[in-house]
Amino acid sequence: MKASAGGYARASDLRHALDLLGQAGDAGRVLVGGQSLIAAMNMRLSTGDMLVDISRISGLAGVTQQDGRLRIGALTRHADLGGDPLVGRHAPLLAQAVGHIAHAAIRNRGTIGGALAHADPAAEFPACVLALDATMHLEGPDGARDVAVGDFFIDVFETAIAEGEILTAISLPVAEPAEVQILKEVARRSGDYALAGLCLVRRAAGVRLSALGVGSVPVLAQGAMAALDAGDIDAAVTALRAELDPQSDTQASGGYRKHIAGVLLRRIWDEIGGTA
Amino acid sequence: MTIPFGNPNRPNSYIGKTVPRPNAARLVEGRGRYVDDMILPRMVHVVYVRSPMAHARITGIDTAEALAVKGVLRVFTGADIAKVCTPWVAVLAHLKGLKSPPEHAIAVDRACWVGEPVAAVVATTRAAAEDGAALVDVDYDPLPVTGDMMTALDADTPVLHADMGDNLAFRRLHEEGDVDAVMASAHKVVSARFKTARHTGVTLEPRSILVDWNAPEGQLTAWHATQAPHMMQTVLAEHLGLPEGRVRVICGDVGGSYGIKVHVYPDEVATAAIAKIMGRPVKFIADRLESFTTDIHARDHEIAGRIAVAEDGEILAFDIDDWTAIGAYSVYPRTSAIEGNQVVNLCGGPYDFKDYRAQTTVVFQNKTPTCQYRAVGHPIAVAVTEGLVDMAAAELGMDPVAIRRRNMYADDCYPVTSPAKMRFEGLSHHASMDKLVALMDYDALRADQAEARKKGIHRGIGIASFIELTNPSPFMYGIGGARISAQDGCTVRMDPDGSLVALSGVTEQGQGTEAMLSQIVAEGVGVPPAQVRIITGDTQVTPYGGGTWASRGAGIGGEAALQAALALKAAILEVAAAMLQAQAGALDIRDGQVVDADTGQDRLSLAELGRIVYFRGDTLPKGLPRELVQTRHFITSEYPFAFTNGVQASYLEVDTDTGIVTLLKHWCVEDCGRIINPQLVDEQIRGGIVQGLGGALFEEIHYDAEGQLLNGSMADYLVPMAGEMPDMIIGHVETPTLESALGAKGAGEAGTAGAPAAVMNAINDALRPLGAQVTEMPFTPERILRALGRIED
Amino acid sequence: MTDVFRDKIDIALSVNGEPVEARVPAGRHLIDFLRLDLGLTGAHASCEHGVCGACTVRVDGDAVRGCLMLAAQADGAEVWTIEGLSDSGAIRDLQDAFVARNALQCGFCTPGMLVACADLLTRDAVPARDEIREHLSGNYCRCTGYEAIVDAVESVAKARRGAA
Repeated sequence: MKASAGGYARASDLRHALDLLGQAGDAGRVLVGGQSLIAAMNMRLSTGDMLVDISRISGLAGVTQQDGRLRIGALTRHADLGGDPLVGRHAPLLAQAVGHIAHAAIRNRGTIGGALAHADPAAEFPACVLALDATMHLEGPDGARDVAVGDFFIDVFETAIAEGEILTAISLPVAEPAEVQILKEVARRSGDYALAGLCLVRRAAGVRLSALGVGSVPVLAQGAMAALDAGDIDAAVTALRAELDPQSDTQASGGYRKHIAGVLLRRIWDEIGGTA
Repeated sequence: MTIPFGNPNRPNSYIGKTVPRPNAARLVEGRGRYVDDMILPRMVHVVYVRSPMAHARITGIDTAEALAVKGVLRVFTGADIAKVCTPWVAVLAHLKGLKSPPEHAIAVDRACWVGEPVAAVVATTRAAAEDGAALVDVDYDPLPVTGDMMTALDADTPVLHADMGDNLAFRRLHEEGDVDAVMASAHKVVSARFKTARHTGVTLEPRSILVDWNAPEGQLTAWHATQAPHMMQTVLAEHLGLPEGRVRVICGDVGGSYGIKVHVYPDEVATAAIAKIMGRPVKFIADRLESFTTDIHARDHEIAGRIAVAEDGEILAFDIDDWTAIGAYSVYPRTSAIEGNQVVNLCGGPYDFKDYRAQTTVVFQNKTPTCQYRAVGHPIAVAVTEGLVDMAAAELGMDPVAIRRRNMYADDCYPVTSPAKMRFEGLSHHASMDKLVALMDYDALRADQAEARKKGIHRGIGIASFIELTNPSPFMYGIGGARISAQDGCTVRMDPDGSLVALSGVTEQGQGTEAMLSQIVAEGVGVPPAQVRIITGDTQVTPYGGGTWASRGAGIGGEAALQAALALKAAILEVAAAMLQAQAGALDIRDGQVVDADTGQDRLSLAELGRIVYFRGDTLPKGLPRELVQTRHFITSEYPFAFTNGVQASYLEVDTDTGIVTLLKHWCVEDCGRIINPQLVDEQIRGGIVQGLGGALFEEIHYDAEGQLLNGSMADYLVPMAGEMPDMIIGHVETPTLESALGAKGAGEAGTAGAPAAVMNAINDALRPLGAQVTEMPFTPERILRALGRIED
Repeated sequence: MTDVFRDKIDIALSVNGEPVEARVPAGRHLIDFLRLDLGLTGAHASCEHGVCGACTVRVDGDAVRGCLMLAAQADGAEVWTIEGLSDSGAIRDLQDAFVARNALQCGFCTPGMLVACADLLTRDAVPARDEIREHLSGNYCRCTGYEAIVDAVESVAKARRGAA
């Protein structure tokens, strides 16, 4: 299990990184923490990659608050995110998620940008940012552009990031005074990918509910959200199960995952007091 | 000379005490020396091209592109290797009817499972060999795949090996009494179907071998992560056409075995063949992905079981129909029929009943071969037996502890022969159960369970009694024709400074062999354990022996060490008596000093005795024996196996909404005879329990209908990790075997044998008020919810 | 291959307090670099897909998976392996506790396990047993059943706190 990489280059700044990606064409791969990419390379699921290491680019890590939004740099490591006071106040959902992501040594190198760009539908962060209604900030050869999270996740391991582009940050609204954010999931073992999980964010405008591990992308459960806004948990559970079509694999069937999503929704609802 | 074990204050009382393992200190500093840590001059690396298809004819192999890769030196096909390496057939004469076709080190014209080696690429680095392997172009012509166990013998199922006639590898029926009559008239008959999943060992150190062929010397040397160096010496010699004396197998540190590393693997033999062809050191380290498809699998069984009980709870009969599918070949040389055979031997084991019928049916299929893995057959037999006993108790409204006490062999009934014709020398089921019930405070736990139930929390208590087969005699393999030693030997010598070196035929795999042997030798001779150095794992150096498997290290290897140590002590005292002009019988050795046996007064240090013997032998009486090297061998002779017994309990909680099981606590009381090092025994049992818990809750190899292994990575094949495992309370009863002076039996299988049954019974105890029951392992959240009828689709 | 992407990368780093310069293949992970290039065979390559933890080493103060970091990425880093941590005495108490409690059997997971344990022990409070279990949940041990490891870590955490 030895990786067969095409080449490696360390980018000194964003411009350099974009140039490198431009040169590499479709072999180009952005390398940051490498916690998914290097595993895939070792297993030769990915070979011949031209690796553009952006992990040393300054200014792409860290959390800031400005103009009523929280901005999280793509290079922010899971471990740092979990302990960040701004995240704790405005995006506790992400801090909760960190505790579920793999194990300490992985969280010491994995980054939120890497996790989002990898777009594993069973991972926590994609579902979290969907529930948080985040905006994804991209840089490309032609400049910067923003993508609404609803347009970001396209398929398994596939996002709106175009060839030659880099995800540089995400931003999300700061928390409202009475905002509720909660993540619940069921996993076989600590740190395993969840069999199913839910992220719920309740703001004045209504509830946002996303599901992980139950489809090819994180799912925004709009039917369930409407029912929850109406205060009808039974209808919400029915709606949620109807709008999910989870895959079956060696860990669990789609039917089990769908069932669990409903169980988790009831538990979350009970925990947050049960009314819209 | 004997050891007065009854006296804890005896001199040199190291047997029975926790002393540190001599090899632990270097392992915590990263100074282990595993095969992959070794680099030899001119060493090359081999990577195997493996069949991606479960069954296919190999119609062509194009190696040109692979050979063009920088660093690639040679590519070998099965035909190339067959020129220097003969195929093997894994059968044993005493397993009547067992059949298996010849198996080559590299498949020659047909691949029979996904992962079977079909070519080998040798390069200067592992990475280059992998690059080359990816470019070997093999043409396959697909053949029909036989996958399902229960239909393997059906008329319309393709026959995997045409020469074998059918897909039946082995079948054995054992009948005692009249089971049908008893079942027809019994107060209650309870039946159930059980499944145990296909497992694999997941040793953290993958299979590893480094082989050098020194042509001028005519010597093949293999540094091998193995449990049985002498067996491997024989195998390599036989199939490479070398004299046994010209094959040396060296086994240094081994990163976990559990039975996985006691078998002959085609790729490892091929590595030796390649070394012989190339005349230089060749290293093969399985990577994790190939470990999943090529390490032996085990425990893939489906069992229909019935139990008949009387109104008062007396067990009248067991009726067991066991099926197992062993993959494409019986594994050499231990064969793949042993596991099913063990199920027949072990079902009903703890109980005094009369009528017994058990059959095992062993079939071929296009999957990775299965073979002996920790606690061979025990977890299956114990789960079926204990599951049926609990179900019968529930039918009768009896407490699970009470029904066991009603039926277990009385502690004073031995020796006794079971309906399976197993002979028990001395067991302690009742004393062990009493101790378990006290340790876990059974009544308090039942009260806690009832309280929790009132709050809608579903907790369960599961009990599992078991017997455990250890200290095997030649009846296990030797009588079937396999050159696998049941005897083991130990040489103990005293060097001039009074220090001791002991060379043993059993090996260290982490269980503490070195510590165990050092304690025995220390007590046997009369020196502190730190004064004893242990050498194992080198066929050119140690006495011939079987190695480490079936929990034989302490019972067989330990007794050989004790006898060698006592012989050395006698030899030392004979010299000392001459030097001191005393009677040897009036002297003793304590703490490295020759002393007066009565007063304990120092008379002579071993260092002084050594100085005289080795450098001033002229001062000793002419003709005085001065053999400060003694070798003894040991083999059991009265019983085919030394059975041990024990009982486990699990306390757990089932989330009936998600199906998740949380293990709260686990207990085990075990009787392994004389305990040499209490800490090592406890930790063997804890490690074994967790391996069993893995089988109960997590571990399951999945294949699809085409014979593709679906979850062959550590992300997908779930092993037990720290977060989900419980704390475990361990207790002991000691019933030494009278076959040896040491009295030790094995302890390596007990934990794994009983844990799955205890968990199954605990889950079913929790689910029973809800009318649900699970019998298919592992007990995944989904299987539990489906049993509860909670999933809608 | 362009002139900016390289298949061999020059790196300079500190390993166990000693400066190291090397040229490494682009795809070589850190644990192979430590084992093959530097002869530091204490930590092991076992699963090579980031799950088992046998390759855990310390990089810039953090426990990381040696198989999920390229050697090229370690340029400029400060790396400590079990060999250096042993020589420096930094985890002597933990190693002694492992031996005393027999918190290792085959020893293959142990170097990685110790680095993971040491990481937890840098925190202020004495961790609860389930916190220890949770922290070690990414390090696989097939031999011990984990309890002895949890005991060893707990005893060291208490001893350190008692001594402070």
